[in-house]
Amino acid sequence: MLEARGLTCVRGEKQLFEGLNLRLSSGGCLHVRGENGVGKTSLLRLLTGLAKPDAGQVMWGSQNISKDPLGYHRDLLFLGHRDGLKEDLTALENLQMYAALDAVSLTQEKALAALWRFGLRGREHLPVNCLSAGQKRRVLMARMLTRQAALWILDEPFNALDVNAVHELKNLIAEQLQHGGLVVMTSHQEVSIPNMQVLDL
Amino acid sequence: MNALLTIIHRDLLLVMRRKSEVLTALFFFIVVTSLFPLGIGADAALLRKIAPGVIWVAALLSTLLGLQRMFAGDYADGALEQLALAPQSMVLLVTGKIIAHWIVCGLPLVLLAPLIGIQFDLDASSLYVLMGTLLLGTPVLSLLGSIGAALTLGVRGSSVLMSLLILPLYIPVLIFGAGAVYANSVGLDISGHFSLLGALLILALAFVPWVSSAAVKIAIE
Repeated sequence: MLEARGLTCVRGEKQLFEGLNLRLSSGGCLHVRGENGVGKTSLLRLLTGLAKPDAGQVMWGSQNISKDPLGYHRDLLFLGHRDGLKEDLTALENLQMYAALDAVSLTQEKALAALWRFGLRGREHLPVNCLSAGQKRRVLMARMLTRQAALWILDEPFNALDVNAVHELKNLIAEQLQHGGLVVMTSHQEVSIPNMQVLDL
Repeated sequence: MNALLTIIHRDLLLVMRRKSEVLTALFFFIVVTSLFPLGIGADAALLRKIAPGVIWVAALLSTLLGLQRMFAGDYADGALEQLALAPQSMVLLVTGKIIAHWIVCGLPLVLLAPLIGIQFDLDASSLYVLMGTLLLGTPVLSLLGSIGAALTLGVRGSSVLMSLLILPLYIPVLIFGAGAVYANSVGLDISGHFSLLGALLILALAFVPWVSSAAVKIAIE
């Protein structure tokens, strides 16, 4: 269960939000909406622990996330608008490298199967800088599939995706929720996912 | 431990995919050190005298050239964020990146040193001492440099700022590194120099990874 109590975020002179509470239990999805610059990405970064809130706390399970950051990071997958893929490595190498760093066991067959599922068959050995923006997002979808994280925090996951890929990503999110996972995301598109809460900033 | 090997392997693989960046630093070292004998001419006694200083200063500068790359690429494409969110201690990951930097930018200098030393007419015992000081000293350069690289992440004009921050910290390494070779050539005892270089290395190993990982965390916040 992910819970935020009284979160306050100040950027420079401007207070983005104050006393924000949210609660998301297993199998739940939270869609954060709002205009540009309203603090959606800042909120997500607070939830990941990358940034520290000016007031309030973020709880994972029954514990503040700063108590056991490594344990929290084991359960967490965050995809921001910078994709974190190394351009000089191939899609497969990127997946395997992140699996090793995330301490997830990933065989070559499983990694290839994940890439093939998202339409990257034949491109798994190309350096990522040869892939289009949408294809890079598909590599990230393969990472979501193989990461085995309970909590996904996704910043604009539908950007640059074509119609088919949007559909596949929705399925992927639905699968994650069915398995009892949690998803927090921002998106400017209308998203229809069963069991979804909306937070308007 | 696994994470440490993964990050070293990853950084070395990235370097192999883009060899030009590393080769630039190495060629810089070779070219700069070769210019001195050419410019000064065949005064063997003078060359022997300036060799340790010239080689050590060139080593400092060529290490600086590669430092920029240590975190900047990962910072720009968001990989540093992902590393910070991996269930691994950031100190370990930063240590891995420093080791990878030393393998790429420090170790080749140690191996090239005898070749460069011959141009300065150094005898065999001076060459051994030179290699020994570089072997102990270049890891300190990579370690201290990582602090500068981490502190200047995301800053405009970061390479100049980093040089200003880091070069003063390199002075002790330069003094004891070049000093050992000189002391050896005039027949003095060099164990003191080596002990001090070793002490610098141990001190840097004990503190720098924590400082750098804290600086990286501040940069990505």
